[in-house]
Amino acid sequence: MSLLELDGVKVHFPVKKGILFDRTVGHVYAVDGISLKVEAGQTYGLVGESGCGKTTLGRAVLRLVDVTDGSVVLDGTDVAKLPEKELRSFRRRLQMVFQDPLGSLNPRQNIESILSEGMAAHGIGANQEERRERIREILAKVGLPANALSRYPHEFSGGQRQRIGIARALVLEPDLIICDEPVSALDVSIQAQVINLLEELQESMGLTYLVIAHDLAVVRHISDVIGVMYLGSLVEEAPSDSLYEEPLHPYTRALMSAVPVPDPEVEERRERILLHGDLPSPANPPAGCRFHTRCPWAQPKCSEERPELTDAGGGHKVACHFTREIQDGTLTPAGSDAVVIPAQAEAPAEETAKEPEPAAPESGEAAESGDTSATASEDVSEDVSEDVSEDK
Amino acid sequence: MPLLTVDELTVTFGGRGRKDVRAVNGVSFDVDQGQVVGLVGESGCGKSVTSLALMGLLPSKGVTLGGRAELDGTNLLSLTPSKMRDLRGRDMAMIFQDPLSSLNPVVPVGVQVTEILQRHRGLKGEAARKEAAHLLDRVGIPDPTRRLKEYPHQLSGGMRQRALIAMAVACAPRLLIADEPTTALDVTIQAQILELLKELVDQEGTALLMITHDLGVVAGLCDQVNVLYAGKVVESAGRRELFAHPTHPYTHGLLGSIPRLDAPRGEPLHPIRGSINDQIAWADGCAFAPRCDRYEMECLTGTPELTEPRAAGHHARCANPVLATTEVPA
Repeated sequence: MSLLELDGVKVHFPVKKGILFDRTVGHVYAVDGISLKVEAGQTYGLVGESGCGKTTLGRAVLRLVDVTDGSVVLDGTDVAKLPEKELRSFRRRLQMVFQDPLGSLNPRQNIESILSEGMAAHGIGANQEERRERIREILAKVGLPANALSRYPHEFSGGQRQRIGIARALVLEPDLIICDEPVSALDVSIQAQVINLLEELQESMGLTYLVIAHDLAVVRHISDVIGVMYLGSLVEEAPSDSLYEEPLHPYTRALMSAVPVPDPEVEERRERILLHGDLPSPANPPAGCRFHTRCPWAQPKCSEERPELTDAGGGHKVACHFTREIQDGTLTPAGSDAVVIPAQAEAPAEETAKEPEPAAPESGEAAESGDTSATASEDVSEDVSEDVSEDK
Repeated sequence: MPLLTVDELTVTFGGRGRKDVRAVNGVSFDVDQGQVVGLVGESGCGKSVTSLALMGLLPSKGVTLGGRAELDGTNLLSLTPSKMRDLRGRDMAMIFQDPLSSLNPVVPVGVQVTEILQRHRGLKGEAARKEAAHLLDRVGIPDPTRRLKEYPHQLSGGMRQRALIAMAVACAPRLLIADEPTTALDVTIQAQILELLKELVDQEGTALLMITHDLGVVAGLCDQVNVLYAGKVVESAGRRELFAHPTHPYTHGLLGSIPRLDAPRGEPLHPIRGSINDQIAWADGCAFAPRCDRYEMECLTGTPELTEPRAAGHHARCANPVLATTEVPA
């Protein structure tokens, strides 16, 4: 059995109008029917752009917002239906690491007080001395010095503050840690430190994470399973590698092609899908497939019928009517302003000519390895360009 | 002759009784006509202060500028405020990071765009409105005539950034400075904006100084890249050369820190240890030495010079640069 199971979770926020009588004039469909499973000891990555409902979903798991419909089952207990009193003690098993490390730490509490408050509330440790001992252990684990205990949040750097946030979750020995954009406020060099720390902790303590982030590269790096959200629902869910190697949903493909890769060679060659326009409002989502307004492959059926998340084989689930047609190329991108630029086999000749000759002796080796990578991607890109050209 | 020459630029903020802070500590680079030059670095490295100094947007009190910055022969650092106002928007323009706070919330977008056209191109009334609509259309805002009457809060984030770009290119400046133009945007919108910037540079021949922390953005856009650390350029090279052979340990470390979408899963990241120090002390050795895995005793004395340890045109400020290809992080 999975540690966490969400089944048809919906979170709708009412939109109210009027001064005396709050008339509900509509709803914001922040989360609209999400089912997923998180296995113990694994990392589930939830990725999507702003406004897709990923943070609301994370908060719904902790019941920081009430669930409109559906169930959130952690280890056999439905969090969504737990009475208030039991919920409080149950929350020990669900902890959260927040995005803004400074904003989520009380500036007037020292680190010992921040970390021991939750422990005292949940009755961990018989006395302060015992708790302090435990906190010291955890601080060492997250890479903070023991003298941090008597210091205040402003005395730490951003990366260290995020370590404190992680320690605060860890001291309660939770079953599941929800990380909401754990590294997006940090510089890249610090980001890598925190990502590595999360991975190390998972390995040594057997933690389970639900990581919520907008950065597909970060999510792919740390997750075992990735769910891609668009306007309140999952459009694709797959094991990390399979999602990267074979993104099936047009939105995932567009998202992937939009993530910049720090390598000019790759940047010039890979497939690029430029979506047109912005995310529609979750208060007034389009009928049918939520993505059809921006999808390069949209068909009449897409605006009428909402596709279900179905298994396309090997645990790779996708919510699209035309997965197979798009994949085998019988459906071409048309009828939308989005631009699809197929991956190119080689960099343009004049560009290559401009490249200065590297002076170092190992340049021969480098050129060779460059060639092999080019042929490898050639195979992939040929498939793609054939797909497109066949139907023209 | 390059369009923009920045030579040993220094910006020092007076510390009000405390020690002065030198945010930019001798930055030099050139931008040629039609070229895209990247300034890359983490927060606090001085990249934004450099751009503000070039645009003359730093407060006149408490800030000391040093060095030289010339746009087509005009020294930007010694211009009078009124001369600077003539230049700004006409010859050089800036695109800011946060499109919402860079637009006046109580003035319709149209008025904000026509203001520039009036000031620099002398267009009035209907002619100015027409040109403004044309500009919004040029940057890909649908239904421009209607949008001109709307207020910034009625536009989406991507559209606000487009409006800001429209204002920047209104007078066809020769130099555009973009300070983290896509950081506040979602990736799919970022891709749209980067495409637009590329198009403008290709079609109008505008030079672009791109300031960003995102090496991925640089890889797709810039011709020449300058990596900043603690107020100094530590590495400077052509885009392909820099990414294929990062020579300064900091650049090397940055590339090793970024989780890559196309890297095989399970490949560990190689972060740079520690964090950037507030007390920038290039005078007593390399400022990166405390975080560097390759530092030697000589790194702790004197400021390292920019040299060309690998190839001509590839500068690095390091006494012990990374030279072997085998050390390049995957």
